[in-house]
Amino acid sequence: MIRVENLTKTYGLTAAIQDVTFEVGKGEILGFLGPNGAGKTTTMRIIAGFFPATKGHAYVAGYDVLEKPLEAKRRIGYLPENPPLYSEMTVDGFLEFVARIKGVEWNQVRRRTQEVKEQCGLANHGRRLIKHLSKGYKQRVGLAQALIHEPEVLILDEPTVGLDPKQIIEVRELIKGLGGKHTVILSTHILPEVSMTCERVIIINNGRIVAVDTPENLTSQLAGGLRIEMEVTGSIDELVNQLRAMPGIRNVLAQPGVGDHYRVIVEAKGDQDLRNQLARMVVESGLELYELKRQAMTLEEIFLKLTTEEEAAA
Amino acid sequence: MKNYLALTFKELKSFFVSPIAYVVLAVFFGVTGYFFYIILSFYVEQAVMRQFGGPTSMAMDVPSMVMQSFLGVLSTILLFLLPMITMGSFADERKQGTIELLFTSPVTNAQVILGKFTASVLFILLMFLPALLNTGLLFFYSDPPPPLSPYLVGLLGAILLSAALLSVGFFVSSLTENQIVAAAVTFGVFIILWVIDASAGSSTTVTNETLRYLSVLNHYEDFTRGILDTQHIVFYLSFIVLGLFLTSLSLDSAKWRK
Repeated sequence: MIRVENLTKTYGLTAAIQDVTFEVGKGEILGFLGPNGAGKTTTMRIIAGFFPATKGHAYVAGYDVLEKPLEAKRRIGYLPENPPLYSEMTVDGFLEFVARIKGVEWNQVRRRTQEVKEQCGLANHGRRLIKHLSKGYKQRVGLAQALIHEPEVLILDEPTVGLDPKQIIEVRELIKGLGGKHTVILSTHILPEVSMTCERVIIINNGRIVAVDTPENLTSQLAGGLRIEMEVTGSIDELVNQLRAMPGIRNVLAQPGVGDHYRVIVEAKGDQDLRNQLARMVVESGLELYELKRQAMTLEEIFLKLTTEEEAAA
Repeated sequence: MKNYLALTFKELKSFFVSPIAYVVLAVFFGVTGYFFYIILSFYVEQAVMRQFGGPTSMAMDVPSMVMQSFLGVLSTILLFLLPMITMGSFADERKQGTIELLFTSPVTNAQVILGKFTASVLFILLMFLPALLNTGLLFFYSDPPPPLSPYLVGLLGAILLSAALLSVGFFVSSLTENQIVAAAVTFGVFIILWVIDASAGSSTTVTNETLRYLSVLNHYEDFTRGILDTQHIVFYLSFIVLGLFLTSLSLDSAKWRK
Protein backbone atom coordinates (compact mmCIF):
# COMPACT_ATOMS: atom_id res chain seq x y z
CA MET A 1 0.00 0.00 0.00
CA ILE A 2 2.84 2.32 0.86
CA ARG A 3 6.25 1.87 -0.67
CA VAL A 4 9.17 4.11 0.16
CA GLU A 5 12.42 3.81 -1.75
CA ASN A 6 15.74 5.37 -0.77
CA LEU A 7 14.18 8.52 0.59
CA THR A 8 16.76 11.16 1.39
CA LYS A 9 16.01 14.69 2.52
CA THR A 10 18.80 17.16 3.04
CA TYR A 11 18.63 20.66 4.45
CA GLY A 12 21.72 22.39 3.17
CA LEU A 13 24.48 20.02 4.20
CA THR A 14 22.69 18.17 6.98
CA ALA A 15 20.61 15.15 6.09
CA ALA A 16 17.31 14.82 7.94
CA ILE A 17 16.80 11.31 6.58
CA GLN A 18 19.02 9.08 4.50
CA ASP A 19 18.16 6.09 2.34
CA VAL A 20 14.95 5.27 4.10
CA THR A 21 13.33 2.27 2.44
CA PHE A 22 10.34 0.31 3.65
CA GLU A 23 6.97 -1.07 2.66
CA VAL A 24 3.65 -1.24 4.42
CA GLY A 25 1.06 -3.81 3.43
CA LYS A 26 -2.67 -3.23 3.14
CA GLY A 27 -4.43 -3.04 6.48
CA GLU A 28 -1.20 -3.08 8.44
CA ILE A 29 -0.43 -0.77 11.36
CA LEU A 30 3.19 0.26 11.23
CA GLY A 31 4.89 2.03 14.09
CA PHE A 32 7.57 4.57 13.46
CA LEU A 33 9.70 4.72 16.55
CA GLY A 34 12.60 7.01 17.23
CA PRO A 35 13.85 9.73 19.51
CA ASN A 36 12.93 13.33 18.84
CA GLY A 37 14.63 14.67 15.74
CA ALA A 38 15.23 11.22 14.28
CA GLY A 39 13.47 12.02 11.03
CA LYS A 40 10.01 10.58 11.68
CA THR A 41 8.13 13.76 10.82
CA THR A 42 10.26 14.39 7.74
CA THR A 43 9.54 10.91 6.38
CA MET A 44 5.83 11.24 7.05
CA ARG A 45 5.61 14.67 5.48
CA ILE A 46 7.24 13.34 2.32
CA ILE A 47 4.76 10.47 2.11
CA ALA A 48 1.87 12.87 2.73
CA GLY A 49 3.13 15.07 -0.10
CA PHE A 50 3.81 18.13 2.05
CA PHE A 51 7.27 18.52 0.58
CA PRO A 52 9.32 16.54 -1.91
CA ALA A 53 12.28 14.34 -1.04
CA THR A 54 15.75 15.33 -2.18
CA LYS A 55 16.21 11.81 -3.51
CA GLY A 56 14.13 8.67 -3.71
CA HIS A 57 10.44 7.98 -4.23
CA ALA A 58 7.36 7.38 -2.16
CA TYR A 59 4.35 5.51 -3.54
CA VAL A 60 0.90 5.41 -2.05
CA ALA A 61 -1.45 2.83 -3.54
CA GLY A 62 0.93 2.67 -6.49
CA TYR A 63 0.93 6.42 -7.14
CA ASP A 64 4.17 8.36 -6.87
CA VAL A 65 3.33 11.19 -4.46
CA LEU A 66 5.42 13.62 -6.48
CA GLU A 67 4.30 12.59 -9.97
CA LYS A 68 0.61 12.01 -9.22
CA PRO A 69 0.04 14.13 -6.12
CA LEU A 70 -3.73 14.44 -6.42
CA GLU A 71 -4.30 10.71 -6.84
CA ALA A 72 -2.03 9.92 -3.91
CA LYS A 73 -3.36 12.65 -1.61
CA ARG A 74 -6.96 11.56 -2.20
CA ARG A 75 -6.02 8.27 -0.56
CA ILE A 76 -4.16 9.72 2.41
CA GLY A 77 -5.45 11.00 5.71
CA TYR A 78 -2.74 12.92 7.47
CA LEU A 79 -2.56 14.17 11.01
CA PRO A 80 0.51 16.37 11.43
CA GLU A 81 2.24 16.76 14.76
CA ASN A 82 0.43 20.05 15.34
CA PRO A 83 -3.12 19.50 14.11
CA PRO A 84 -3.73 22.05 11.31
CA LEU A 85 -6.95 23.69 12.46
CA TYR A 86 -8.62 26.97 11.57
CA SER A 87 -9.16 28.17 15.11
CA GLU A 88 -11.88 30.64 14.15
CA MET A 89 -14.09 27.94 12.64
CA THR A 90 -16.56 25.68 14.40
CA VAL A 91 -15.83 21.96 14.52
CA ASP A 92 -18.67 21.28 12.06
CA GLY A 93 -17.63 24.07 9.72
CA PHE A 94 -14.05 22.91 9.70
CA LEU A 95 -14.83 19.23 9.14
CA GLU A 96 -17.27 20.07 6.35
CA PHE A 97 -14.65 22.22 4.66
CA VAL A 98 -12.00 19.49 4.92
CA ALA A 99 -14.48 16.90 3.61
CA ARG A 100 -15.08 19.06 0.53
CA ILE A 101 -11.45 19.69 -0.31
CA LYS A 102 -10.63 16.03 0.29
CA GLY A 103 -13.13 15.07 -2.38
CA VAL A 104 -16.09 13.76 -0.39
CA GLU A 105 -19.25 14.00 -2.52
CA TRP A 106 -21.11 17.16 -1.48
CA ASN A 107 -24.30 15.33 -0.59
CA GLN A 108 -22.29 13.01 1.67
CA VAL A 109 -20.44 15.80 3.53
CA ARG A 110 -22.99 16.13 6.36
CA ARG A 111 -23.19 12.39 6.89
CA ARG A 112 -19.41 11.91 6.98
CA THR A 113 -19.03 14.83 9.39
CA GLN A 114 -21.52 13.22 11.76
CA GLU A 115 -19.80 9.85 11.45
CA VAL A 116 -16.27 11.01 12.20
CA LYS A 117 -17.51 13.18 15.04
CA GLU A 118 -19.00 10.10 16.67
CA GLN A 119 -15.95 8.02 15.90
CA CYS A 120 -13.70 10.57 17.57
CA GLY A 121 -15.93 11.46 20.51
CA LEU A 122 -16.86 14.89 19.25
CA ALA A 123 -20.60 14.34 18.85
CA ASN A 124 -21.49 17.13 21.28
CA HIS A 125 -18.85 19.60 20.14
CA GLY A 126 -19.99 20.36 16.60
CA ARG A 127 -20.96 23.96 17.23
CA ARG A 128 -17.98 24.88 19.40
CA LEU A 129 -15.29 27.15 18.01
CA ILE A 130 -12.07 25.24 17.60
CA LYS A 131 -10.09 27.86 19.49
CA HIS A 132 -12.18 27.20 22.58
CA LEU A 133 -11.41 23.46 22.61
CA SER A 134 -8.83 21.90 24.92
CA LYS A 135 -5.65 20.34 23.52
CA GLY A 136 -7.14 16.87 23.72
CA TYR A 137 -10.24 17.83 21.79
CA LYS A 138 -8.18 19.69 19.19
CA GLN A 139 -6.22 16.49 18.69
CA ARG A 140 -9.52 14.64 18.15
CA VAL A 141 -10.60 17.19 15.56
CA GLY A 142 -7.23 16.62 13.89
CA LEU A 143 -7.87 12.90 13.85
CA ALA A 144 -11.42 13.43 12.58
CA GLN A 145 -10.21 15.52 9.64
CA ALA A 146 -7.72 12.78 8.74
CA LEU A 147 -10.50 10.18 8.68
CA ILE A 148 -13.24 12.17 7.01
CA HIS A 149 -12.71 11.03 3.42
CA GLU A 150 -12.28 7.38 4.42
CA PRO A 151 -8.68 7.25 3.19
CA GLU A 152 -6.98 3.95 2.49
CA VAL A 153 -3.83 5.23 4.14
CA LEU A 154 -3.57 7.07 7.44
CA ILE A 155 -0.44 8.89 8.49
CA LEU A 156 -0.51 9.93 12.11
CA ASP A 157 2.35 11.94 13.53
CA GLU A 158 2.49 11.55 17.31
CA PRO A 159 -1.29 11.16 17.63
CA THR A 160 -1.30 10.84 21.43
CA VAL A 161 0.91 13.77 22.35
CA GLY A 162 -0.75 16.18 24.72
CA LEU A 163 -3.64 13.93 25.66
CA ASP A 164 -4.47 12.85 29.16
CA PRO A 165 -4.07 9.14 30.03
CA LYS A 166 -7.74 8.34 29.50
CA GLN A 167 -7.75 10.02 26.11
CA ILE A 168 -4.52 8.24 25.17
CA ILE A 169 -6.15 4.90 25.78
CA GLU A 170 -9.19 5.94 23.75
CA VAL A 171 -7.11 7.15 20.83
CA ARG A 172 -5.03 3.95 20.85
CA GLU A 173 -8.19 1.87 20.79
CA LEU A 174 -9.45 3.97 17.93
CA ILE A 175 -6.24 3.48 15.96
CA LYS A 176 -6.25 -0.26 16.63
CA GLY A 177 -9.78 -0.39 15.28
CA LEU A 178 -8.63 1.31 12.09
CA GLY A 179 -6.22 -1.51 11.19
CA GLY A 180 -7.51 -3.98 8.63
CA LYS A 181 -9.65 -1.38 6.90
CA HIS A 182 -7.01 1.32 6.72
CA THR A 183 -3.27 1.12 6.35
CA VAL A 184 -1.77 3.11 9.18
CA ILE A 185 1.64 4.64 9.78
CA LEU A 186 1.97 6.02 13.24
CA SER A 187 4.96 7.74 14.73
CA THR A 188 5.82 7.96 18.36
CA HIS A 189 8.73 8.27 20.70
CA ILE A 190 6.97 6.26 23.36
CA LEU A 191 7.98 2.62 23.47
CA PRO A 192 4.88 1.07 25.05
CA GLU A 193 2.69 2.80 22.52
CA VAL A 194 3.97 0.76 19.61
CA SER A 195 3.74 -2.54 21.40
CA MET A 196 0.13 -1.72 22.19
CA THR A 197 -1.02 -0.63 18.75
CA CYS A 198 1.38 -1.76 16.03
CA GLU A 199 1.98 -5.00 14.21
CA ARG A 200 5.40 -3.98 12.93
CA VAL A 201 7.88 -1.37 14.03
CA ILE A 202 10.52 0.60 12.23
CA ILE A 203 13.12 2.15 14.42
CA ILE A 204 14.71 5.23 13.01
CA ASN A 205 17.63 7.15 14.42
CA ASN A 206 19.62 10.04 13.01
CA GLY A 207 17.67 9.74 9.78
CA ARG A 208 18.42 6.08 9.16
CA ILE A 209 16.40 2.95 9.69
CA VAL A 210 18.18 0.87 12.32
CA ALA A 211 15.71 -1.96 12.76
CA VAL A 212 12.47 -3.35 11.37
CA ASP A 213 10.69 -6.00 13.37
CA THR A 214 7.60 -6.94 15.33
CA PRO A 215 7.25 -5.29 18.71
CA GLU A 216 7.69 -8.70 20.42
CA ASN A 217 10.99 -9.45 18.71
CA LEU A 218 12.28 -5.99 19.44
CA THR A 219 11.40 -6.33 23.06
CA SER A 220 13.18 -9.66 23.32
CA GLN A 221 16.19 -8.23 21.56
CA LEU A 222 16.06 -5.49 24.05
CA ALA A 223 16.32 -8.02 26.82
CA GLY A 224 19.52 -9.24 25.17
CA GLY A 225 22.66 -7.30 25.81
CA LEU A 226 25.73 -6.28 23.90
CA ARG A 227 26.80 -6.68 20.32
CA ILE A 228 30.53 -7.07 19.92
CA GLU A 229 32.26 -6.98 16.59
CA MET A 230 35.67 -8.63 16.03
CA GLU A 231 38.02 -8.70 13.07
CA VAL A 232 40.20 -11.85 12.96
CA THR A 233 42.30 -13.97 10.58
CA GLY A 234 42.74 -17.74 10.61
CA SER A 235 40.26 -20.57 10.56
CA ILE A 236 37.26 -19.32 12.38
CA ASP A 237 35.01 -22.38 12.34
CA GLU A 238 36.29 -23.70 15.64
CA LEU A 239 36.03 -20.27 17.24
CA VAL A 240 32.46 -19.85 16.12
CA ASN A 241 31.50 -23.25 17.54
CA GLN A 242 33.28 -22.46 20.75
CA LEU A 243 31.49 -19.13 21.02
CA ARG A 244 28.13 -20.68 20.33
CA ALA A 245 28.72 -23.14 23.13
CA MET A 246 29.66 -20.40 25.54
CA PRO A 247 27.02 -19.51 28.11
CA GLY A 248 25.60 -16.02 27.91
CA ILE A 249 25.86 -15.79 24.15
CA ARG A 250 22.75 -15.60 22.05
CA ASN A 251 23.96 -15.43 18.51
CA VAL A 252 27.19 -15.50 16.51
CA LEU A 253 27.52 -14.24 12.97
CA ALA A 254 30.65 -14.65 10.85
CA GLN A 255 31.20 -12.85 7.54
CA PRO A 256 34.25 -12.73 5.32
CA GLY A 257 35.91 -9.33 5.41
CA VAL A 258 38.73 -7.72 3.44
CA GLY A 259 41.36 -10.21 2.25
CA ASP A 260 41.55 -13.21 4.56
CA HIS A 261 40.02 -11.29 7.44
CA TYR A 262 36.71 -12.24 8.97
CA ARG A 263 34.14 -10.21 10.84
CA VAL A 264 32.59 -12.00 13.73
CA ILE A 265 29.62 -10.43 15.45
CA VAL A 266 28.72 -11.74 18.85
CA GLU A 267 25.42 -10.95 20.49
CA ALA A 268 25.54 -11.49 24.20
CA LYS A 269 22.62 -11.87 26.56
CA GLY A 270 22.46 -9.56 29.52
CA ASP A 271 24.72 -6.61 29.79
CA GLN A 272 27.91 -8.22 31.05
CA ASP A 273 30.93 -7.04 29.15
CA LEU A 274 32.49 -10.08 27.42
CA ARG A 275 35.19 -8.22 25.55
CA ASN A 276 38.10 -9.40 27.72
CA GLN A 277 36.92 -13.04 27.58
CA LEU A 278 36.44 -12.89 23.83
CA ALA A 279 39.91 -11.44 23.29
CA ARG A 280 41.47 -14.25 25.32
CA MET A 281 39.47 -16.91 23.46
CA VAL A 282 40.54 -15.64 20.06
CA VAL A 283 44.21 -15.59 20.98
CA GLU A 284 44.06 -18.99 22.71
CA SER A 285 42.49 -20.62 19.67
CA GLY A 286 45.48 -19.48 17.59
CA LEU A 287 43.77 -16.73 15.58
CA GLU A 288 45.02 -13.21 15.08
CA LEU A 289 42.86 -10.44 16.51
CA TYR A 290 42.84 -7.14 14.61
CA GLU A 291 39.91 -5.35 16.09
CA LEU A 292 37.40 -5.74 18.87
CA LYS A 293 34.68 -3.24 19.58
CA ARG A 294 31.21 -2.72 20.86
CA GLN A 295 28.89 -1.74 18.08
CA ALA A 296 28.60 1.98 17.96
CA MET A 297 24.87 2.47 18.26
CA THR A 298 23.00 -0.53 19.47
CA LEU A 299 19.28 -0.82 19.62
CA GLU A 300 19.44 -0.56 23.37
CA GLU A 301 21.11 2.76 23.23
CA ILE A 302 18.46 4.07 20.88
CA PHE A 303 15.80 2.70 23.12
CA LEU A 304 17.41 4.46 26.02
CA LYS A 305 16.78 7.70 24.27
CA LEU A 306 13.15 6.79 23.80
CA THR A 307 10.60 7.37 26.43
CA THR A 308 9.99 4.06 28.09
CA GLU A 309 7.81 5.30 30.89
CA GLU A 310 4.10 5.58 30.23
CA GLU A 311 3.81 8.51 32.64
CA ALA A 312 6.13 10.66 30.62
CA ALA A 313 3.69 10.51 27.77
CA ALA A 314 0.81 11.99 29.67
CA MET B 1 -14.18 23.21 -9.59
CA LYS B 2 -15.72 21.84 -6.41
CA ASN B 3 -12.44 22.27 -4.56
CA TYR B 4 -12.21 25.82 -5.82
CA LEU B 5 -15.74 26.58 -4.63
CA ALA B 6 -15.09 25.02 -1.23
CA LEU B 7 -11.91 27.06 -0.83
CA THR B 8 -13.59 30.29 -1.97
CA PHE B 9 -16.45 29.74 0.42
CA LYS B 10 -14.10 29.01 3.31
CA GLU B 11 -12.10 32.18 2.62
CA LEU B 12 -15.24 34.27 2.48
CA LYS B 13 -16.39 32.85 5.77
CA SER B 14 -13.00 33.37 7.34
CA PHE B 15 -13.17 37.08 6.44
CA PHE B 16 -16.20 37.47 8.62
CA VAL B 17 -14.95 35.58 11.62
CA SER B 18 -11.92 37.80 11.96
CA PRO B 19 -12.21 41.36 13.27
CA ILE B 20 -9.87 42.65 10.54
CA ALA B 21 -12.60 42.47 7.90
CA TYR B 22 -15.10 44.42 9.99
CA VAL B 23 -12.54 47.07 10.87
CA VAL B 24 -11.51 47.45 7.24
CA LEU B 25 -15.15 47.67 6.14
CA ALA B 26 -16.02 50.23 8.81
CA VAL B 27 -12.97 52.40 8.10
CA PHE B 28 -13.64 52.23 4.39
CA PHE B 29 -17.33 53.15 4.80
CA GLY B 30 -16.50 56.05 7.06
CA VAL B 31 -13.64 57.49 5.04
CA THR B 32 -15.30 57.16 1.64
CA GLY B 33 -18.49 58.67 3.01
CA TYR B 34 -16.62 61.60 4.46
CA PHE B 35 -14.70 62.27 1.25
CA PHE B 36 -17.84 61.98 -0.83
CA TYR B 37 -19.47 64.64 1.32
CA ILE B 38 -16.45 66.98 1.04
CA ILE B 39 -16.15 66.54 -2.71
CA LEU B 40 -19.84 66.99 -3.35
CA SER B 41 -20.09 70.16 -1.22
CA PHE B 42 -17.00 71.58 -2.90
CA TYR B 43 -18.32 71.20 -6.44
CA VAL B 44 -21.85 72.29 -5.59
CA GLU B 45 -20.42 75.41 -4.01
CA GLN B 46 -18.29 76.07 -7.08
CA ALA B 47 -21.26 75.62 -9.38
CA VAL B 48 -23.42 77.95 -7.33
CA MET B 49 -20.69 80.59 -7.28
CA ARG B 50 -20.32 80.41 -11.04
CA GLN B 51 -24.02 80.78 -11.56
CA PHE B 52 -23.90 84.12 -9.82
CA GLY B 53 -20.53 85.01 -11.26
CA GLY B 54 -21.84 87.11 -14.14
CA PRO B 55 -22.27 86.73 -17.89
CA THR B 56 -18.94 84.90 -18.50
CA SER B 57 -20.02 81.99 -16.29
CA MET B 58 -20.19 78.56 -17.81
CA ALA B 59 -22.31 75.63 -16.75
CA MET B 60 -20.47 72.95 -14.74
CA ASP B 61 -20.99 69.20 -15.06
CA VAL B 62 -21.10 68.64 -11.31
CA PRO B 63 -21.96 64.88 -11.28
CA SER B 64 -19.10 63.85 -13.53
CA MET B 65 -16.61 66.03 -11.68
CA VAL B 66 -17.71 64.59 -8.37
CA MET B 67 -17.36 61.08 -9.76
CA GLN B 68 -13.91 61.72 -11.11
CA SER B 69 -12.60 63.19 -7.87
CA PHE B 70 -14.28 60.56 -5.81
CA LEU B 71 -12.75 57.71 -7.83
CA GLY B 72 -9.37 59.36 -7.41
CA VAL B 73 -9.76 59.47 -3.62
CA LEU B 74 -11.07 55.90 -3.67
CA SER B 75 -7.84 54.62 -5.21
CA THR B 76 -5.79 56.29 -2.48
CA ILE B 77 -7.91 54.76 0.26
CA LEU B 78 -7.52 51.35 -1.39
CA LEU B 79 -3.77 51.82 -1.32
CA PHE B 80 -3.91 51.95 2.46
CA LEU B 81 -6.56 49.32 3.14
CA LEU B 82 -5.79 46.52 0.69
CA PRO B 83 -2.57 45.41 2.43
CA MET B 84 -4.71 44.61 5.46
CA ILE B 85 -6.93 42.34 3.43
CA THR B 86 -4.08 40.38 1.87
CA MET B 87 -1.55 40.34 4.69
CA GLY B 88 -2.93 37.22 6.32
CA SER B 89 -3.83 35.33 3.16
CA PHE B 90 -0.81 33.03 3.13
CA ALA B 91 1.30 34.33 6.01
CA ASP B 92 -1.32 33.26 8.53
CA GLU B 93 -1.81 29.84 6.94
CA ARG B 94 1.89 29.28 7.31
CA LYS B 95 2.02 30.54 10.86
CA GLN B 96 -0.96 28.45 12.00
CA GLY B 97 0.34 25.39 10.16
CA THR B 98 -2.90 25.08 8.21
CA ILE B 99 -0.87 25.32 5.01
CA GLU B 100 0.10 21.74 5.86
CA LEU B 101 -3.55 20.78 5.52
CA LEU B 102 -3.88 22.52 2.15
CA PHE B 103 -0.62 21.10 0.80
CA THR B 104 -1.52 17.54 1.78
CA SER B 105 -5.07 17.75 0.41
CA PRO B 106 -5.92 16.77 -3.15
CA VAL B 107 -6.11 20.39 -4.31
CA THR B 108 -3.79 22.27 -6.63
CA ASN B 109 -1.96 25.52 -5.92
CA ALA B 110 -4.12 27.18 -8.54
CA GLN B 111 -7.31 26.18 -6.74
CA VAL B 112 -6.01 27.49 -3.42
CA ILE B 113 -4.82 30.79 -4.89
CA LEU B 114 -7.87 31.38 -7.08
CA GLY B 115 -10.14 30.54 -4.16
CA LYS B 116 -8.49 33.16 -2.00
CA PHE B 117 -8.41 35.64 -4.87
CA THR B 118 -12.09 35.24 -5.72
CA ALA B 119 -13.08 35.61 -2.08
CA SER B 120 -11.02 38.80 -1.75
CA VAL B 121 -12.48 40.30 -4.92
CA LEU B 122 -15.97 39.53 -3.65
CA PHE B 123 -15.04 41.18 -0.38
CA ILE B 124 -13.90 44.27 -2.31
CA LEU B 125 -17.25 44.36 -4.12
CA LEU B 126 -18.99 44.30 -0.79
CA MET B 127 -16.74 47.10 0.36
CA PHE B 128 -17.77 49.18 -2.66
CA LEU B 129 -21.49 48.85 -1.94
CA PRO B 130 -21.88 51.92 0.27
CA ALA B 131 -19.82 53.91 -2.21
CA LEU B 132 -22.37 52.88 -4.80
CA LEU B 133 -25.12 54.25 -2.57
CA ASN B 134 -23.27 57.55 -2.16
CA THR B 135 -22.64 58.01 -5.82
CA GLY B 136 -26.11 56.74 -6.62
CA LEU B 137 -27.39 59.96 -5.07
CA LEU B 138 -25.97 61.78 -8.08
CA PHE B 139 -28.45 60.00 -10.30
CA PHE B 140 -31.40 60.86 -8.12
CA TYR B 141 -30.74 64.53 -7.52
CA SER B 142 -29.10 65.68 -10.74
CA ASP B 143 -31.26 67.14 -13.44
CA PRO B 144 -30.75 65.95 -16.11
CA PRO B 145 -29.31 62.68 -14.63
CA PRO B 146 -25.73 61.96 -15.73
CA PRO B 147 -25.14 59.15 -18.27
CA LEU B 148 -24.65 55.76 -16.65
CA SER B 149 -21.79 54.39 -18.75
CA PRO B 150 -18.89 56.59 -17.47
CA TYR B 151 -19.96 55.72 -13.98
CA LEU B 152 -19.83 51.98 -14.69
CA VAL B 153 -16.47 52.36 -16.42
CA GLY B 154 -15.09 54.09 -13.35
CA LEU B 155 -16.35 51.31 -11.14
CA LEU B 156 -14.80 48.69 -13.40
CA GLY B 157 -11.52 50.57 -13.13
CA ALA B 158 -11.66 50.57 -9.35
CA ILE B 159 -12.34 46.82 -9.32
CA LEU B 160 -9.52 46.05 -11.75
CA LEU B 161 -7.11 48.24 -9.80
CA SER B 162 -8.06 46.51 -6.54
CA ALA B 163 -7.72 43.07 -8.06
CA ALA B 164 -4.27 43.92 -9.42
CA LEU B 165 -3.14 45.19 -6.03
CA LEU B 166 -4.61 42.12 -4.32
CA SER B 167 -2.50 39.85 -6.50
CA VAL B 168 0.62 41.74 -5.41
CA GLY B 169 -0.49 41.46 -1.79
CA PHE B 170 -0.94 37.70 -2.14
CA PHE B 171 2.52 37.31 -3.54
CA VAL B 172 4.11 39.26 -0.69
CA SER B 173 2.04 37.39 1.90
CA SER B 174 3.19 34.06 0.47
CA LEU B 175 6.80 35.02 1.16
CA THR B 176 6.57 35.34 4.91
CA GLU B 177 5.00 33.90 8.03
CA ASN B 178 4.51 37.29 9.61
CA GLN B 179 1.36 39.26 8.81
CA ILE B 180 2.81 42.61 9.84
CA VAL B 181 5.86 42.10 7.65
CA ALA B 182 3.54 41.17 4.80
CA ALA B 183 1.40 44.30 5.30
CA ALA B 184 4.39 46.64 5.52
CA VAL B 185 6.14 45.22 2.46
CA THR B 186 2.88 45.16 0.48
CA PHE B 187 2.25 48.78 1.32
CA GLY B 188 5.79 49.68 0.23
CA VAL B 189 5.38 47.86 -3.08
CA PHE B 190 2.01 49.56 -3.66
CA ILE B 191 3.54 52.99 -3.20
CA ILE B 192 6.38 52.19 -5.58
CA LEU B 193 3.90 50.95 -8.20
CA TRP B 194 1.88 54.10 -7.61
CA VAL B 195 4.63 56.64 -8.15
CA ILE B 196 7.04 54.69 -10.33
CA ASP B 197 6.40 57.13 -13.18
CA ALA B 198 7.64 60.03 -11.05
CA SER B 199 11.20 58.89 -11.71
CA ALA B 200 10.56 59.05 -15.46
CA GLY B 201 11.80 62.23 -17.08
CA SER B 202 9.80 64.19 -19.61
CA SER B 203 11.68 62.78 -22.62
CA THR B 204 10.27 59.78 -24.45
CA THR B 205 13.10 57.28 -24.01
CA VAL B 206 12.23 53.60 -23.73
CA THR B 207 13.04 53.56 -20.00
CA ASN B 208 10.81 56.50 -19.30
CA GLU B 209 7.97 55.08 -21.33
CA THR B 210 8.30 51.75 -19.53
CA LEU B 211 8.28 53.41 -16.12
CA ARG B 212 5.21 55.37 -17.06
CA TYR B 213 3.53 52.25 -18.34
CA LEU B 214 4.21 50.37 -15.09
CA SER B 215 2.49 52.92 -12.89
CA VAL B 216 -0.78 51.35 -11.80
CA LEU B 217 -2.29 54.76 -11.27
CA ASN B 218 -1.72 55.99 -14.85
CA HIS B 219 -3.87 53.19 -16.17
CA TYR B 220 -6.59 54.02 -13.70
CA GLU B 221 -6.98 57.67 -14.72
CA ASP B 222 -8.73 56.97 -18.01
CA PHE B 223 -11.29 54.86 -16.17
CA THR B 224 -12.08 57.74 -13.79
CA ARG B 225 -12.77 59.95 -16.82
CA GLY B 226 -15.19 57.34 -18.10
CA ILE B 227 -12.93 56.24 -20.94
CA LEU B 228 -12.91 52.53 -21.59
CA ASP B 229 -9.63 51.57 -23.24
CA THR B 230 -8.69 47.94 -23.80
CA GLN B 231 -4.99 48.62 -23.30
CA HIS B 232 -5.67 49.40 -19.64
CA ILE B 233 -7.83 46.32 -19.19
CA VAL B 234 -5.10 44.20 -20.74
CA PHE B 235 -2.55 45.85 -18.43
CA TYR B 236 -4.54 45.04 -15.30
CA LEU B 237 -5.41 41.51 -16.37
CA SER B 238 -1.80 40.66 -17.18
CA PHE B 239 -0.78 42.27 -13.91
CA ILE B 240 -3.20 39.99 -12.03
CA VAL B 241 -2.04 36.89 -13.88
CA LEU B 242 1.59 37.73 -13.14
CA GLY B 243 0.89 38.38 -9.46
CA LEU B 244 -0.99 35.12 -8.99
CA PHE B 245 1.60 33.20 -10.97
CA LEU B 246 4.39 34.55 -8.76
CA THR B 247 2.34 33.54 -5.73
CA SER B 248 2.12 30.01 -7.06
CA LEU B 249 5.87 29.89 -7.68
CA SER B 250 6.53 31.20 -4.21
CA LEU B 251 4.32 28.51 -2.65
CA ASP B 252 6.13 25.83 -4.62
CA SER B 253 9.52 27.13 -3.66
CA ALA B 254 8.45 27.21 -0.01
CA LYS B 255 7.77 23.48 -0.33
CA TRP B 256 11.23 22.79 -1.70
CA ARG B 257 12.95 24.91 0.90
CA LYS B 258 11.20 23.29 3.85
